[in-house]
Amino acid sequence: MSHHIVEAQNLHYVYPDGTAGLQGVSFRITHGESVAVVGANGAGKSTLLMHLNGCLSPAQGTVRIGDFPLIKTTLKAVRRTVGMVFQNPDDQLFMPTVFDDVAFGPLNIGLPEEEVEQRVTQALETVGAGALRDRPPYRLSKGEKRSVAIASVLSMSPDILVMDEPSADLDPQARRRLIELLKTFKHTKIIATHDLDLALDVCERTLVLSRGRICADGATAELFRNDELLSQSALERPLRMQNCPVCR
Amino acid sequence: MASISRHFFDLGHLDDLAGASTPLHRLDPRAKLLATLVFIAVVVSFGKYEIAALIPFFVYPVFLISVGNIPFKCVLSRLVLALPFALLVGIFNPLIDRAPLSHLANFTISGGWISFSSIMLRFVLTVSSVLALIAVTGFSPVCSALLRLGTPKIFVVQLMLMHRYLFVLLDEASKMVGAKSLRTFENSTGGLRIYGAFTGSLLLRTMERAERIYSAMQCRGFDGDIKRTLPAEFGKRDILFLCGWSLLFLLLRAFNLPLIIGQILTGTM
Repeated sequence: MSHHIVEAQNLHYVYPDGTAGLQGVSFRITHGESVAVVGANGAGKSTLLMHLNGCLSPAQGTVRIGDFPLIKTTLKAVRRTVGMVFQNPDDQLFMPTVFDDVAFGPLNIGLPEEEVEQRVTQALETVGAGALRDRPPYRLSKGEKRSVAIASVLSMSPDILVMDEPSADLDPQARRRLIELLKTFKHTKIIATHDLDLALDVCERTLVLSRGRICADGATAELFRNDELLSQSALERPLRMQNCPVCR
Repeated sequence: MASISRHFFDLGHLDDLAGASTPLHRLDPRAKLLATLVFIAVVVSFGKYEIAALIPFFVYPVFLISVGNIPFKCVLSRLVLALPFALLVGIFNPLIDRAPLSHLANFTISGGWISFSSIMLRFVLTVSSVLALIAVTGFSPVCSALLRLGTPKIFVVQLMLMHRYLFVLLDEASKMVGAKSLRTFENSTGGLRIYGAFTGSLLLRTMERAERIYSAMQCRGFDGDIKRTLPAEFGKRDILFLCGWSLLFLLLRAFNLPLIIGQILTGTM
């Protein structure tokens, strides 16, 4: 099942204003792995994710998604394989109704209408948003928007899920539901987040980014115990791994 | 601004009303759209001094509003919002066209005032019928209907995205105004200068957002063509609605109903 593999080699990216986004990032993520990408603001997390489905092209280096190198001619195939959930669901939900939005991807693939209908229903049910199908996206709460944004990607049946800050702006219960939902997915997952507790729950492996470079790559629980590494990367232990403020 | 966006610009309210289920709501959007287009074309086709012949046309918006269960106030408040545009179009007529055209008791009414009244009447008729159309159909189905009737795709896509992001833009603008008002005090100066920077910042935010939206669209296979599932077929009731109303509009265009009634009442016919 090599088509679920994500491989980056020596990725470099410089923003048009001259800021270095990535400076030699390399990693290999295999089938079914769940990987968190953590780091300070501006460390290059979102920039890295944007390279995984061709939204940005590297100045140097290569990205391979499964059997394809990510180049112009393979872009369509790669985008069907890699489902990207954006940080702000308002950027992702651009159609007038939830149904239209979730159907957008499958219709672009060219699936027949019955299949589209079936996929939309299934994707919405998976995220528990079946009742929202005829609602306009601007009427939804942040949590509902997030669920629908995930459904809009699931409906394309991607093999790899890439998410940028999925738990941002969610209330604690919506966040918990999201974590439980993510745990049920069998996809290869790459999640950029500041929510280290979510990373601990969902991802067995973590990449720590700092100033456009990977400064650590390893088991999540182990990396989050390394206080020196966390402090260098402007992070701190997940709340769950800190001492109880009452008992200590 | 926050209250403006809540009360006046509550555009979404029309779409909420479109979720109801009256017989009018269940009609095919194309039938309602075409009937409204015929209505607008007929109303606009009258001469510039025509007032009386336009009055019977109120039957259409009133029909849509009452059968569609739309609160009259909801249409009225939006009419008031669009009023300045119509006023701007007609306001110079009384100044330019001063030739006396009609006498009412001791008053002489100039052609300018009559054409101004005619413009205002047409404004109320056409805008209220379009508002009622959206309230009994919904903006998205109206867009689908436009698409199926052969309107260029690029135009419909622009319309859909504009409607979708109007809410986001208003939300951003009201947040910015809120943030500004929290840090502006009565004796502070430079109001206009601030609004210059404010508009520029809003434009930049909008452009950034547009780029992100385009990326999101590309990620899901967008190739310049928005595909949508097609609504139900055109039924007998839809044909009846469209033909019935179109016929009535044409008859009202051909025969001046108020004039005929007047002639019958005064016995001159």
